[in-house]
Amino acid sequence: MYNASMQAKRDVRIAKDLVAASAIPLVLAILDEGESYGYAILKRIDELSGGELEWTDGMLYPLLHRLDRLGYVEARWDSPRGGRRRRYYRITPSGRNALSEQRRQWEVVSAALQNAWHSLQVVSPTPLSGTVEG
Amino acid sequence: MESTMDPSIEAQIREWRSYLLRRNTIHHIDVDELEDHLRSQISELGAAGLDGDESFLVAIKRIGGVNELSREFARERSSQLWKQLVLAGDSGRERSGSEYAGLLVTICFAICAALAFKLPAAFGINPFVEGTSDSANVDADASFYLRNASLLALPFLIGFLAWKRSLPARVIAGLAVPFIAAAILVNAFPFQRGGDTEILAAIHLPIILWLVAGVAYLGGAWRADAPRMDFVRFTGEWFIYYTLIAFGGVVLVALTVGVFQAIEIDVETLIGSWVLPCGAVGAVVVVAWLVEAKQSVIENMAPVLTSVFTPLFALMLVAAILGMALTGNIIDAERDVLILLDVLLVLVLGLVLNSFSARDSDARPTLMDAVQLVLVVSALVIDVLALAAILSRITEFGFTPNRTAGLELNVVLLANLVWSAWLLSAFLRGRRPFSDLDRWQTTYIPVYAVWAAIVVAVFPPLFAFD
Repeated sequence: MYNASMQAKRDVRIAKDLVAASAIPLVLAILDEGESYGYAILKRIDELSGGELEWTDGMLYPLLHRLDRLGYVEARWDSPRGGRRRRYYRITPSGRNALSEQRRQWEVVSAALQNAWHSLQVVSPTPLSGTVEG
Repeated sequence: MESTMDPSIEAQIREWRSYLLRRNTIHHIDVDELEDHLRSQISELGAAGLDGDESFLVAIKRIGGVNELSREFARERSSQLWKQLVLAGDSGRERSGSEYAGLLVTICFAICAALAFKLPAAFGINPFVEGTSDSANVDADASFYLRNASLLALPFLIGFLAWKRSLPARVIAGLAVPFIAAAILVNAFPFQRGGDTEILAAIHLPIILWLVAGVAYLGGAWRADAPRMDFVRFTGEWFIYYTLIAFGGVVLVALTVGVFQAIEIDVETLIGSWVLPCGAVGAVVVVAWLVEAKQSVIENMAPVLTSVFTPLFALMLVAAILGMALTGNIIDAERDVLILLDVLLVLVLGLVLNSFSARDSDARPTLMDAVQLVLVVSALVIDVLALAAILSRITEFGFTPNRTAGLELNVVLLANLVWSAWLLSAFLRGRRPFSDLDRWQTTYIPVYAVWAAIVVAVFPPLFAFD
């Protein structure tokens, strides 16, 4: 779903594939902090990424449906008196398992990249930021 | 969190909502959720100093294009279908276990049904083998199966459904009553061999027993309308599945016979007296299991089939009516013609019922509903013409079992079609909700049971078992 998730108007910072790949662990991690709803989840993603991970907001909802179907989250409607109803999501035990598995994988990837860049720096002294931003 | 918005913004939100809802893949609850998001965003942007229109536009843009959204929801929902197909159970490892248990129980019921169906052979009643006994005997055997086939096969379907729904013994006992009563009636009546009342009773008995199976399907809760529609859906899906499997079975049997002929082993007797009858009866149960277990496959197919055949049947009926009008040839009241017409009308009714059961009753009128009205009205015209033909024949030659049954069937169908046509046109004009049509069809179901019961129980004595 996430191939269209990058917002076009902003300067594209994070490749859309990366946004897509990180979507599920991010949302699960945010829900691991506590029950939440769509708008607040997006705000939290913004906060956590310092505004660099940009989603097309609407795309969060099919993703939440998918997590719900996979049994990773539970959804419920909350209708406060005098307010409009809102759908809240809560992580399930199997969602937590999935999250810790995702986390393990991401740590492996991230460590591998760290090592790779470390050896890259040894071979060529070009600053890392230059190669990435160029 | 609820903030009162500018009326013009409210109007724009409403418009956006209905625009989203026009996409089939975005459901009501999705739109509610997206609206909550939109309003939160607008409030926040408004608090940051943007005016109403600006914040609406920015919020809409951030939510993303409707096309992309509906595509995402569609992808999510369609993958859901496949997930359901593969993982029908509850959770984790229990899933495969309980599914296998279900399959195993199904197969047991199917085998029992097949054995029960062949049980009369142990008492020398075997019409499936030609030339082994004298012809009078074969006729008697055929007549026995004609009357009792549904009584032998359907109890196992009901048993299977009762097991699935874990029905209490009291309900199962209640369900057994019509079976016992029917078994006594059709076997105690001194039918004249090959007479019309016998054939009529044999045709109508399965209808009653199928509706009894419906009570089992609904777990005894047959009084409520909404679940009854589920049974209608089940019937339609069962019919489609059974037809498909029967086609496959015919191909398999033809190939088997061919292959064994090639190696000069005669299997035709074995297939004719065992494989075909047992397969046909066992399939009744297996198909019921398939409909339940692999529901989503047919759920997608049934509406497609109905939308393909509804316009075609409508076209055919309109053409037939035009043909009659142009040539002045009216329906010939021959028995075969009338039977053909009744089969046609029953099929049309099945088509209408099936499309009702597959329809989302909240949806607005579509072109398909108009086509359906054409179908129902033209069926109505044909029905009236058939009725006229039967009546003229009855006034000329008097009542016979066939004509009376035809009359009765056509009246039953007429009543249904008239009121359906009326409700459908009221729905198209926006006067009545679609749910009225659903309710009418489900309330009408007991009428079929009563009609079939009359043909089975009252006709034979009425017409002296002729």
